[in-house]
Amino acid sequence: MPTLLAASFLVFIFVRLIPGDPAAVLLGDAATPEEVANLRGEMGLDAPLAVQYVHWLRAVGRGDLGRSIFFQVPVLELIVDGLETSTLLALMTMVWIVCLGLPIGMLAAARRASRFDQILSGIAMFLASVPTFWVGLYLILIFAATLGWLPSSGYPSIFGDGGLANLRHLLLPSAALAAPNAALIIRLTRAIMLDVAGEDYVRTARAKGVHPALVVVRHVFRNALLTVVSALGFTIAALISEAVVTETVFALPGVGRTVVQSILRRDYPVIQGVILMIVVLYLVMNLIVDLLYAWLDPRVKLR
Amino acid sequence: MIPAPLKRLFAGRHLAFAGFVTILCIAVCALFAPWVAPSDPNEIDPPARLLPPGAAHPFGTDHFGRDTLSRVIHGSRMALLIGVGVVVLALAGGVLCGVVSAIFPRVGLVLMRAVDVLMAFPSLLLALALIVILGRGVENSIVAIGAVYLTTTARIVYGVSLRLNSESWVEAARGMGGSTARIVFRHLLPNLLSPLFVQASFVFAFAQLQAASLDFLGLGVPPETPTWGNMLAESRIYITRAPWLLLFPGLMIALSAFSLNVVGDAVRDRLDPRLKDAFSTRAR
Repeated sequence: MPTLLAASFLVFIFVRLIPGDPAAVLLGDAATPEEVANLRGEMGLDAPLAVQYVHWLRAVGRGDLGRSIFFQVPVLELIVDGLETSTLLALMTMVWIVCLGLPIGMLAAARRASRFDQILSGIAMFLASVPTFWVGLYLILIFAATLGWLPSSGYPSIFGDGGLANLRHLLLPSAALAAPNAALIIRLTRAIMLDVAGEDYVRTARAKGVHPALVVVRHVFRNALLTVVSALGFTIAALISEAVVTETVFALPGVGRTVVQSILRRDYPVIQGVILMIVVLYLVMNLIVDLLYAWLDPRVKLR
Repeated sequence: MIPAPLKRLFAGRHLAFAGFVTILCIAVCALFAPWVAPSDPNEIDPPARLLPPGAAHPFGTDHFGRDTLSRVIHGSRMALLIGVGVVVLALAGGVLCGVVSAIFPRVGLVLMRAVDVLMAFPSLLLALALIVILGRGVENSIVAIGAVYLTTTARIVYGVSLRLNSESWVEAARGMGGSTARIVFRHLLPNLLSPLFVQASFVFAFAQLQAASLDFLGLGVPPETPTWGNMLAESRIYITRAPWLLLFPGLMIALSAFSLNVVGDAVRDRLDPRLKDAFSTRAR
């Protein structure tokens, strides 16, 4: 909570750090001097900074994040519009990461030091170093432009025409976004599995004559899961910001693309609103990861 | 021919050695770009637009007929400049914050809280917000990306310094009347060198990816400067007509980040295997 308050204060002073009168900054170049003067009064710019902050926080609490200079609609409306795309993109990316990262990581650990493991680790390391937008562009070239199997850009809502079939618009973007993250999960899963496999209780289980596959599933994987789950949680949080680039490449109407376009248009109220929302989301995700960790590991007690 | 410490560092690690050589090659290309590049990276030649790779232009030409190979080579200059700038900023700031916080707990309480707050912002978003305030440009890209990794570096330095600070030999030095400056310069900093070296290679790698993202979004280095990210941004509309335009700059970004990562891994394992924990949460 204190972190959230401090972070919100940073987001609040963000507009005031941009050179120029904050009221003029928020209204854009087209604003008349009267409008600027009106907003100055409304924002209470002559009051001390702390008072201004409390005013702003109250407004945010009411869901009032200001108005977009470019679209002339409330910022909250723009964020809500982009939320469907961004949420579904993040979810589909997580599906890729979990379905590819965990099994491949486990397999690499099971065959450690083999040719298979070396090649896989090399590929994973390379994928972790590749820019997502570059992967995205090549996926577009192969699967959209050349083969014509999947759409290259845009995303029509699943609640409109086409229904759930519209999710194919997110297949390529989620794959691009998943590539480096899945690679990291592969590396992590492999490392943790090997770590746990060296524990005494694993040796005991083996000595008792438990089936090797059962040892891996029940003893090694279960204990490795703790670390992997928390890493997955942090990955979701990281996806929020990485999606900014991916949504731009695939022209997806998500929150990330909104923030980039708002920066290019100097639409400061939108930038401020979106940053605030993403920071809140990021902190909530981290909190959920901590709680999940405590739930999975009986040794960790919540105070 | 290869110096002994390097031989020891890369013994049995062929991939890491290849990465090291790659980094050296990129650095040489960057330093001697005007002599290495076959032509001027900004020389426009309209009849030679969008030529595929061939004898005259090994990497092909772009939509202005500029030689892609020369632009890729000149792009390595900006990659090196931004990488070094970000590493210097992140490490200098991170060490200052981390060590001061570990030595003076009261200051540390405030400083580390501030670091926590900055870490509440996803990395690319923080960089974007700083770019909005500062404006685009080479220096501002360095400051924006450097600030992001300053926080992660400060966290690592703080953790290691706290541990060192409670070691018996540091306590002994203090008990013998060693001044704070002596403890910092004789005991803390020398022991921080190896984790910092590892952190430097990872920060350098991430800086490449972040700078490329900023350039690609049109929020980094001005478009007239040849950088790998700018080249990708410019050529994406020719993706079907000239796919090779995307190949080489993208490959260079991936290759440089990959090489730095494998070298970082090798150095970490060689210098201090215990550090694995400190770096297990990646600095994104």
